Amino acid sequence: MKRVFVALAAALLCTSGGAAGSLPGVDQAVVDSDAMPAKLSAFGLFRSNDPAQPATGLGYTLRAPLFSDYTDKHRFISIPAGKKATVAADGVIEFPVGTVLVKSFGWADVNGGRPVETRLLIHRASGWIALPYIWDADGKDATLALGGRRVPVTFKSPDGETHSIRYAVPNKNQCKECHSLNGAIVPIGPKARNFIPDPAASDKLRSLYFDNPAALKPTMPQWDDPKAGSVADRARAYLDVNCAHCHNPAGSASNSGLFLRWTDDPAGVNYGIGKRPTAAGRGSGGMDFAIAPGDPGHSFLIYRLESTDPGIAMPEVGRSTVHREGAALLRQWIAEMPKDAH
Amino acid sequence: MRFHGLRHAATLSIVAALAAYPAAAKVISVSATTPDANEKLQEALILAEPGDTVQLGAGVWKLTDGLSLDVANVTLRGAGAGEGGSILDFAGQQGAGEGLLVTSDDVFLTEFAVLNTKGDGIKSKGADRIVYHKLRVEWTAGPKETNGAYGIYPVESSDVLVDSVFVRGASDAGIYVGQSKNIVVRDSIATENVAGIEIENSYDADVHDNIATKNTGGILVFDLPSLPMQGGHNVRVFENVVNDNSTPNFAPKGNIVASVPTGTGVLIMANRNVEIFDNVFADNGTANVMIVGYRYEHKDPKYQPLPKAIVVRGNQHGKAGYAPKFPGGDMIAAAMGGSIPPVLWDGSGDAIVLDKVGVLSLNLPDVKTPQSEAKPAPADLSNGTPPAALPTIKLPDSMEAKVR
Repeated sequence: MKRVFVALAAALLCTSGGAAGSLPGVDQAVVDSDAMPAKLSAFGLFRSNDPAQPATGLGYTLRAPLFSDYTDKHRFISIPAGKKATVAADGVIEFPVGTVLVKSFGWADVNGGRPVETRLLIHRASGWIALPYIWDADGKDATLALGGRRVPVTFKSPDGETHSIRYAVPNKNQCKECHSLNGAIVPIGPKARNFIPDPAASDKLRSLYFDNPAALKPTMPQWDDPKAGSVADRARAYLDVNCAHCHNPAGSASNSGLFLRWTDDPAGVNYGIGKRPTAAGRGSGGMDFAIAPGDPGHSFLIYRLESTDPGIAMPEVGRSTVHREGAALLRQWIAEMPKDAH
Repeated sequence: MRFHGLRHAATLSIVAALAAYPAAAKVISVSATTPDANEKLQEALILAEPGDTVQLGAGVWKLTDGLSLDVANVTLRGAGAGEGGSILDFAGQQGAGEGLLVTSDDVFLTEFAVLNTKGDGIKSKGADRIVYHKLRVEWTAGPKETNGAYGIYPVESSDVLVDSVFVRGASDAGIYVGQSKNIVVRDSIATENVAGIEIENSYDADVHDNIATKNTGGILVFDLPSLPMQGGHNVRVFENVVNDNSTPNFAPKGNIVASVPTGTGVLIMANRNVEIFDNVFADNGTANVMIVGYRYEHKDPKYQPLPKAIVVRGNQHGKAGYAPKFPGGDMIAAAMGGSIPPVLWDGSGDAIVLDKVGVLSLNLPDVKTPQSEAKPAPADLSNGTPPAALPTIKLPDSMEAKVR
């Protein structure tokens, strides 16, 4: 439904000779201002404030998404009229000022599939700003939650298990903890290597949003599709998206010396193989190495992924359940490493 | 965004007035008894503007999620770190790797306590000119392996002051300064931690007038491989009381401090230009001062694993070496009449010891030689010319003014 609408809107725009984004609904003046509106509706990002109906924009998915307690995420980009994003040579997508990345989080079996929260990443003249909004009980609007909040939810994960958790909507600073590069906020997911525009979006629509849409060639494999790539490549894609936003030399975990980007040398000690704990505390689980080749049971990277204790668990924010499928992939990857690999 | 008025200030005089009178800054008070106190306090820390003070009310704050501060030049002030003060109690913590995380510059933390966090107590990362003052970070059940790793944890910062804090129960280091430059840790008490105070992979530090007692190891100066900042050097440890560091090591295995022998006073591992002077040592069962290389396997060609240009002078040595807890230590002690000398050196790198006490060398100059091949023997390290004395660490006046 949403896709049809977006495509239709784009078609209308094309025929009228207009540019991307900024359908009448989006209040670009609010987007571009210094404001942190108390209500999400102030941005006009949704038709009738219905999170299933973006007022404009290009939907997208990711080859490997960040795990967030099994939430379904619905993402789209709003770019103001007359502006376009550019895919840089290194695959980073440069969004113009005025861009809003919109991401709604929910579960199919919670609130009839309506999202619990919608996070905005807004590119303003002063830089990116992250704002978390929690949908009101009546579902008619969402309210700014700068300080974050815990929301009790009960849902079933794909394996059929029921989870009752106090889901953590991140506070504004926690948004930045992940979305941080050299202390400034940046988008994480939308990189050419990971970015899949809505397949329903026409070439015309794509070229309304991107200078060079042909450069959107994802190189990372679909993390959970065994046919898409080797176990090692899929594990590395998973680590890139779930860990490397902090675990890179300019990220929140720079001091750890553990760097897990798709572009990092997967044989190096800084990729964790034979790497001793730095500041892990009880996150070491009594083990000597982040990754002990051939021995996932003695690799504290696995130990931390499989924990929900705040003093142990990785990532440090954004997760109150264990991502069993992700952990299983990483276990398989480590188990298949030759034991003498370090 | 935040200096909306300032941006449109019409005249220079207005700007000058604002600069001269930080009174333009405001105090944001938050009460421990506010409903949703956790969320309200976090909001205050987000909405604070540079120059502001966030004032914590007295009382016990029951917090379920870690707090964070990312606004420069903010003061977080409580009503005291002791009973009746502002007590941030994280016993029910459900998320975040620490109790409080600071990621902005020129922050002043003072007069409150952080208790029983699941991970670290207070961490500051890339937070230059941070001042920790009159704080208490404590795991109140005492030493337990399930306690958080670090109490006070500044990392990747330039200009760090830790002054008049109390830390107890950290399963790694009570006060840990990592990968930082220009550091002063003073007038503080570290007790019943694995490491009382630790300076790791850092440059230019003065650690003085502290009491490090009943830890596993009192004060550690370490350098480790495969980290963004390494080559630790220029550290002075002086005028501290380092005694009775007798708590059995309770660090989770795998962490480097899990290898610190119970009964260690000061331990220097793989640094250069470290001065240990005018301290008072007593009742450290393994050694008052230990100087060693990094003896683990590593694959970092840039890493320098040896202690170099270490100077030990002018210290008072009470009883030491009577219960050496490194492998084979008890046999060596028995062979030497029940105890080993108060200064222990693994034989790697170079050190000068001018204290009039014995030095035991394990004679393992190559860090690749296993410790089992030690050939312990007394050593005389009093010959040789010490390198020029290190200068006193000077912090920016803005930092000293905050604690004056």
